Amino acid sequence: MAKLNLLLLAVLVACAIGLVTSQHKARKLFSNLEREQNRARELDIDYGRLQLEASTWGLHQRVEKIATGTLGMRVPDPRRVRIIPKEQIR
Amino acid sequence: MSRSAAAATQGLVRLPVWRARFVLAALVGAFAVLASRSIYLQAMKTDFLQEKGEARYSRVLEVPATRGRILDRSGEALAVSTPVKSIWAIPADVELSGNDQRKLAALLSMSGPELNSKLSDSRDFIYLKRQVSPDTAGTIQAMGLRGIYQQREFRRYYPGGEVTAHVVGFTGVDDVGQEGIELAHQDTLGGRAGSRRVIKDRLGQIVEDVESIRSAQDGADLTLAIDSKIQSLAYGALKSAIEHHRAKAGAIVAVDVRSGEILALANVPSYNPNNRTRLSGAQLRNRAITDVFEPGSTLKPFTIALALETGKLFPHTIVATAPGRLTIANYTIHDSHPAAGLTVAQIIQKSSNVGAAKIALGLPREAMWDLFNRIGFGTAPELGFPGAATGRLRNFRSWRPIEQATMAYGHGISVSLLQLARAYTAFATDGELVPLRLVKTGSVAKGEKVLSTDTARAVRAMLELAVQNGGTGPRARVMGWRVAGKTGTAHKLEQGGYAADKYLSSFVGFAPVSAPRLVLAVMIDEPSAGQYYGGVVAAPVFAQVMQGALRMLGVPHDAPLEPIELPGEGDDAREST
Repeated sequence: MAKLNLLLLAVLVACAIGLVTSQHKARKLFSNLEREQNRARELDIDYGRLQLEASTWGLHQRVEKIATGTLGMRVPDPRRVRIIPKEQIR
Repeated sequence: MSRSAAAATQGLVRLPVWRARFVLAALVGAFAVLASRSIYLQAMKTDFLQEKGEARYSRVLEVPATRGRILDRSGEALAVSTPVKSIWAIPADVELSGNDQRKLAALLSMSGPELNSKLSDSRDFIYLKRQVSPDTAGTIQAMGLRGIYQQREFRRYYPGGEVTAHVVGFTGVDDVGQEGIELAHQDTLGGRAGSRRVIKDRLGQIVEDVESIRSAQDGADLTLAIDSKIQSLAYGALKSAIEHHRAKAGAIVAVDVRSGEILALANVPSYNPNNRTRLSGAQLRNRAITDVFEPGSTLKPFTIALALETGKLFPHTIVATAPGRLTIANYTIHDSHPAAGLTVAQIIQKSSNVGAAKIALGLPREAMWDLFNRIGFGTAPELGFPGAATGRLRNFRSWRPIEQATMAYGHGISVSLLQLARAYTAFATDGELVPLRLVKTGSVAKGEKVLSTDTARAVRAMLELAVQNGGTGPRARVMGWRVAGKTGTAHKLEQGGYAADKYLSSFVGFAPVSAPRLVLAVMIDEPSAGQYYGGVVAAPVFAQVMQGALRMLGVPHDAPLEPIELPGEGDDAREST
């Protein structure tokens, strides 16, 4: 009887330690998850900011101004443009 | 021995029985009190106590949601939300040294006294400044001032600026749409902030996620039909024409005939939605959609189309227009190019008011009203855009003959530029009115048949004639594509009468004629640099935008690539409506 009690006590202690360990691991993982989620949010915000920057730099008026001004480009004469219909590309 | 035992027995004090009973009862009573108290706490007050306990470690956090972006048809951003910080303070807690005070005022770009007056407020919470840049917020944070806090908010940026301002609209400081698409699609764009319950430890770090009370829903992105390249081209061309002709305002609309999608919609004057201080109503108005005007000659093709539908007239039928005047009641209609007789096609080509009026007088009033109604005049386009104008189309029962005659050439009826562009889709297709859309769908629109195929084709041929030399709009032609369209030069309505020297020049047309792809409508309000004919003021804008747009869309050429010969400084463009 005493043996059985001792055995049960050992099992109980093992279980308790196991519970504490798993709880600790869960909390650790959770804080990692939280950190990564925050990072994802930050990156998402960065993406929005970069997209905004991209469209500001790529503004058509700006592109056109630089193309015609700094780079001396111009729209080609329509006679020098060939338009190929989609069906012919295939 | 026996004595001592007896003594011991005698030594025992004989206690009364009731004392033992009293102690027992007191103990039982005390236990009963304890038990009932514990039952009360465990069973009756358990919710309250658990709540109090949880309040020590669990917190409800708000999960912010981002507003959806607005994109153009190729995915370029037209409106994006990015987080910014708002600086707020608890005035009673703020203690600033003179140096800090000056520095903070400079960072918030306000004067020292201004900051002081804000901080002497008696309220518990005041915004010092909303929506400051992350850099400024970082500097303020680093100063570590007591009583001054930051809060994350979203600010909407519009990279397209004034070019797309009228279509996209803008949001207020609380990130809620106030104008344009931002307002119309508030429900889908605006996200819903969520909240969740977490367990925090002593250091304020989250250790466990208990439950998600409501998950945050980010706003959905919205892809517009607008093509930002064509939009930019249209806005630029319109703006320079308005400056050149010293006009008051103007608007332009480009519609893809196949899908009904609005590829460009611009208004001048415009505004910068990123900086909305000192805005006037004139700048904010989306003229193309919300303003109505008397269209003038651009309406003639519909009168002619109706006449062709009756089968009594043909494109080559000659209508007597001598002597270039027509008097009904005591009102006289004039022609700019008086002729003895014009064919129906020439009435469009030369923009003859007398011809159009005579044709209209031969048509039943009801039929005319019915056509105008079917092509969408007098009803607001189903666009899902706030403030779309319905225009004015009076009931035919109240039309007098003179009104019927003037309506033939677009007076006594008012429409928005968008309605006019939509009506012209009936000529660009084979008689089908295409429903317009501002949001990209990518599908082919299902039109509603309003004219017979033969009529639509006949009018299309007449409209092509109108832009040839000898017509009123040769400046609308472009190299490489066949163009068709109609000029309009209407006197403006002012205080019940027509102003003699104020005009509204317009041009509505489409290209390429062999397989129309794009309908383009241009309206310029009060050109005051000497020239005011639609064929001179509006047609060149049409040509410039059409040329560029067809190239960008990759539409195959259907005309020889030869330079366009214009009729010189001829007076062909002259027209009186």
